[in-house]
Amino acid sequence: MKAFSKLFQKIEQTTSTNAKVKALVEFFEEAPDPDKIWAIALFTHRRPKRTVSTTFLRLWAAELANIPDWLFENSYHIVGDLAETIALVLPVNKVSVDKPLAQWITEIAALKNEPEEVKKEYIIEAWNALDKNQRFLFNKLITGGFRVGISQRLITKALSKYLEVDDSKIAHRLMGDWSPFDISFQDLMVSEDFKDNISRPYPFYLAYSVEKELEDLHPVEEWSAEWKWDGIRGQFIYRENEVFIWSRGEELVTDRFPELHTIPNGLEYDFVIDGEILAFYEGQPMNFQHLQKRIGRKSVGKKLIKDVPVVFMVYDLIEYKGEDIRQLPLKERRSLLNQLVKESNSENLILSEQVEFTEWSELRALIEEARARKTEGFMLKNLHSPYRDGRKKGDWWKWKVDPFTIDAVMIYAQRGHGRRANLFTDFTFALWDGDRLVTFAKAYSGLTDVEFQELSRFVRKNTIERFGPVHSVKADLVFELAFEGIQESKRHKSGIALRFPRILRWRKDKKASEANTLADIKTLLD
Amino acid sequence: MAKLLEHNDKGIYCEVADVYIDPWKAVKKAFITHAHADHARPGSSEYVCVDASKNIIKHRLSTQNVSSIPFGETLSVNGVKFSFHPAGHIIGSAQIRVEYKGEVWVVSGDYKTEKDHLSGEFAPLKCNTFITECTFGLPVFNWRPQAEIFSDINEWWAKNYADKKISFVSAYSLGKAQRVISGLDASIGKIYCHAAVENINEIVRDSGFNIQKTFRLDPDVPRKELEGAMIVAPPGFMNSNFISKLKNVDLASASGWMNLRGARRRRSVDRGFVLSDHADWTGLLDTINATEAEKILVTHGYVNVFSKYLQEQGYDASILETEYEGDEVELESTADESV
Repeated sequence: MKAFSKLFQKIEQTTSTNAKVKALVEFFEEAPDPDKIWAIALFTHRRPKRTVSTTFLRLWAAELANIPDWLFENSYHIVGDLAETIALVLPVNKVSVDKPLAQWITEIAALKNEPEEVKKEYIIEAWNALDKNQRFLFNKLITGGFRVGISQRLITKALSKYLEVDDSKIAHRLMGDWSPFDISFQDLMVSEDFKDNISRPYPFYLAYSVEKELEDLHPVEEWSAEWKWDGIRGQFIYRENEVFIWSRGEELVTDRFPELHTIPNGLEYDFVIDGEILAFYEGQPMNFQHLQKRIGRKSVGKKLIKDVPVVFMVYDLIEYKGEDIRQLPLKERRSLLNQLVKESNSENLILSEQVEFTEWSELRALIEEARARKTEGFMLKNLHSPYRDGRKKGDWWKWKVDPFTIDAVMIYAQRGHGRRANLFTDFTFALWDGDRLVTFAKAYSGLTDVEFQELSRFVRKNTIERFGPVHSVKADLVFELAFEGIQESKRHKSGIALRFPRILRWRKDKKASEANTLADIKTLLD
Repeated sequence: MAKLLEHNDKGIYCEVADVYIDPWKAVKKAFITHAHADHARPGSSEYVCVDASKNIIKHRLSTQNVSSIPFGETLSVNGVKFSFHPAGHIIGSAQIRVEYKGEVWVVSGDYKTEKDHLSGEFAPLKCNTFITECTFGLPVFNWRPQAEIFSDINEWWAKNYADKKISFVSAYSLGKAQRVISGLDASIGKIYCHAAVENINEIVRDSGFNIQKTFRLDPDVPRKELEGAMIVAPPGFMNSNFISKLKNVDLASASGWMNLRGARRRRSVDRGFVLSDHADWTGLLDTINATEAEKILVTHGYVNVFSKYLQEQGYDASILETEYEGDEVELESTADESV
């Protein structure tokens, strides 16, 4: 694992993409195949199942470091990463063994059904045999979550360079449900025949937000507009009479949406379609909040299916009759898609209609209806464009309606974790209700580090009371919050719940008394 | 009888002598452990410090009302004996020992137990009550020897030199910057310092310290001249136009916080060198043990956690609240320049 550890150090010690790609390529050139595929799996968040509970790891680390458990826990809170905390508290070790990455993983996996003492003995022996950097990685192999500034795109780029294969091919091969326990590096990345995995999805094509004037997208006839549906992006695969549904997060969600299984409806060919899983009731999309109930459950009951039925709002066809048709222009893919939707005739497969327009100004008028239609705005797509992979600029744009905004007073603050353990980053906001301030939203993101620092100094100097980690703060500062939706809620004192609230900006020009009222925000309720 | 040192809204106060130590508000007479902004604040009528700190404090507080005595010498004020002893934190940093009628208190200020060439050699002082900082008072902070860190820094610089890149190390202008400079291998290339650093360098050189040759970073310097060079500047300069417009620069930060990946990532530097001017976990514990103090007061840092641990170890330990914390954590976001 020394080579992997070296790779890890190199990646950590640079912010340059090129340097990271170079480090990865060098690693691939040297590493044995099993280590290669495991490295890819780890960097693409496919970690093996945890065989040792983190509770035990914490206890054993504290024991070996000769510190009380509570002190370990406090340290963990400050560091924000368990694997790192353990590596930092353990006594310094000068010797370090070098065992292949794949062997470590196999050994850790084999601990699964072993009794606690065996696990403990193995873990402590490993800790004692490794230096700080390798200890950290060893811990990560158990706890998972290699967040190291290596995106899917970066690993794709490195593999493409190393294997001298086009990166869209690499991206496709990395998709879906595979594990280095079942497939070799050669079979996954190199072999010509990889159709064996019938559940494998295609990389999603992702859009950027429109950044220029719409008129720059010309000629206007080459563009199509569809409503931007407020559900979850999904890829529906029908191959060899089997259905697979993938979410954009590359999670297999087939079992959560049984009513979609009827979509093929007698079609006799394989296909893959791209669309939106949408809660849909009596011909109308439902608010996203309803769909959330379905996402949260692994198994869905009859009542839930009845209350929150879903459809697949389809907008693209990427595999047709077993053929990858991503290179066909959108216009042709859509025409095949129309045909497919007609042939299927399933009531749970709905075509995302293209909105008719001849001038951009027409869309500007129409987007005002977006919220009423329970959509987020428009998707603009070039009719000549292929189906690309990943986030690429130029052919697809999302055009979202402006979020709701409101000015609120910050009255509680809490420290962040890990990366931001020293700063106050979690805030609770309130609106006026008469002469009282009523809390209505929490928000974390939206400020720069410099603003967070300034705000943290304010919190330190203006704390009124502490409730554990939460500080109540003098009601002085006003922030403009943005949010995507609002609904009534019995759980909150304010009677409302917001969707995706975030801090838009610090209104230094406003006094607390000038913030909005609860009545103001309630006028936005449907 | 009142305690020899008490904490009030202005700072640590010795009533018998009518003297404050590191007060955060203006007072009549202030004894100062070291010149960092969270310890030396402006506005007091009279400052007393150790000789090595005098010029720096004059410069930083823009005042002439500073008197000083050498390390180890005693100054009596109304029967209370004050003396300064090396704290090893930065140039001219001192622990202040306070003795009255046989009772001894020591205010550590900030301290570092590993010796460097500039900051004096720290030694624990026997006392009845020890007021200790605990900036890095968690078991996750254990420093490697500075020689190893400097060899990492020089290796990194040499590689950048070979790649015709500029090396940039962010280090606070008073203390860390001079320590970094003292560890640099000037045979690799030229060392440039930001004005804030170079101003301090000059004062320190005038006070008789040996800081190797550095060049003031002139904003108009031809960029070509910087190729392969080292720039030492305060952290804020990293986000300046000057730096962000450089194409071939590798950024590093030298600080104890670089021991944490999270802190390294948040600074978005290429390299984080774990070089601290504070005692690490073991350094703190060994020092506390060596003072043989009956009572420990902890301040500046993870005070809740650290005092609780000391209590469990059998010490009579409690927290000394100061104005700018009141919280467990204070990192680079506060006035503490010394991380």
